[in-house]
Amino acid sequence: MRSNFVFQEIWVGLRRNLTMTVALIVVVAISLSLLGTGLLFVKQVDSTRTYWQSKVEISVYLCTTASPNPNCHGSITPAQQQQIQTTLSSMPQVQSATYVSQTQAYQLFKQDFSNDPSYVSTVKETDIPPSFEVKLRNPEADYNIVASAVTGAPGVDSVIDEMTILDKFYRLLDGARNAVIVVALILVVAAVLLVANTIRLSAFNRRRETGIMRLVGASNFYIQLPFLLEGVIAGLLGWALAAALLIGVKSLLLNNLQQYFSYNVGLSATDLVEVILLAMFVGVLLCGVTSFVTLRRYLRV
Amino acid sequence: MINFDNVTKIYPNQNRAALENVDLAVNKGEFVFLVGPSGSGKSTFLRLILKEERPSEGRIHVAGKDLARLTNWKVPHLRRRIGCVFQDFRLLPNKNVYQNVAFALEVIGKPRRFIRRVVPEVIDLVGLEGKHERMPDELSGGEQQRVAMARAFVNRPMILLADEPTGNIDPATSIGIMKVLDRINRTGTTVVMATHDAAIVDSMRKRVIELEYGKVVRDQVRGVYGQAY
Repeated sequence: MRSNFVFQEIWVGLRRNLTMTVALIVVVAISLSLLGTGLLFVKQVDSTRTYWQSKVEISVYLCTTASPNPNCHGSITPAQQQQIQTTLSSMPQVQSATYVSQTQAYQLFKQDFSNDPSYVSTVKETDIPPSFEVKLRNPEADYNIVASAVTGAPGVDSVIDEMTILDKFYRLLDGARNAVIVVALILVVAAVLLVANTIRLSAFNRRRETGIMRLVGASNFYIQLPFLLEGVIAGLLGWALAAALLIGVKSLLLNNLQQYFSYNVGLSATDLVEVILLAMFVGVLLCGVTSFVTLRRYLRV
Repeated sequence: MINFDNVTKIYPNQNRAALENVDLAVNKGEFVFLVGPSGSGKSTFLRLILKEERPSEGRIHVAGKDLARLTNWKVPHLRRRIGCVFQDFRLLPNKNVYQNVAFALEVIGKPRRFIRRVVPEVIDLVGLEGKHERMPDELSGGEQQRVAMARAFVNRPMILLADEPTGNIDPATSIGIMKVLDRINRTGTTVVMATHDAAIVDSMRKRVIELEYGKVVRDQVRGVYGQAY
């Protein structure tokens, strides 16, 4: 094997149809970075979901004097509160039920909106209802059972499942993710066609050389290797661009997005590296296999 | 060296056979002219030897190998033992004489030192000494054909196939080409040359195989081009 001969041939091939090569690299780069973005999205949504899944609770808000609910007749009595506490604790689906008094709730409220003091100042302690924060063993399955057990019980104002609030958020994220992946897949198809076309052009441009190579008994491997590597190298260059774009997406977009949430579910560097490596695998495989299949059609023995 | 055993070749979508029941043997070191009008099957004959085509019927042995049993994987190795020269030279226009000849060795992975030693020898053998650096378009037709012959012979093949090598060359220059082919033949290489050139065939007095409509109509040991022409 004469490696510098092979590399010389690759260089000639890539240079001869430079425009096609550039187009190929750009399309591979964009499709891989979109695919990577989609994967990062998936990871982000997953990590957010697991984070919330462990945190999600049912909030059972109790009546106060200010409650407009007709079910409430003034503030909840200690007996009613005791009754709700026993109902909840006796249910097997409930992991824990913690009473949050008005004072505690107000403290938490002040903490959550600490960066907006003017808003905090408009809310009095008595405006915030006390509540039971109920933790479920299996939030998705058991929500209805637990919620119906306390809904309408004396002294209960309203029952709010945080899952229903999060569902909307998830649907948004899922939709965005699916859109990115669909576009990425379309681009992957475009990339495959472009690889096939580039290799075909390259094979056509060098049909004189390959004809002579066949004639003097060069092995198929030797004839096809420059073309194959041409595709793979273009794929790798595209991947390198995609990797840079992905690092940009992660550090600018996702990390910025992170600042809007008070909880930390950011993606680690390993997640990013994983996605980038996967993109490389996809890119090289895509270009390599397409080149190989194209060559089988255009460089027959 | 080359054995055709009742070979018939029918191309797809054609009702007439390109070769029909061809049964002949070419021995090691022989010089054979293949004559006949266009479309008589000369090129098919050569392509079958290279396993560029498969016979529809019959068996072909080349250099002791049954081509039907030769896997695609092994075909390049067969072709390394066969040199080819064509009417249209088929040189690489962007490589000079030396590079064109060296290309044939580079692509079969020969070491550089070997190439540096062998290529100048062969260029001298075909009579192009001192023209290593010339590009193909700076050479005459005869000189270009000599480069093509050097390329075909540089790997010391057992068989040299020539498909109308003098077809694009004037008679005076053709004599030089034939001298080179004769020189190659004298090294023990079997030469099969398809041609239309009656004067050359008549002057060489070698074995002549005449094809007509795919059939062998004449096979003479010391023949001439033919009375009919």
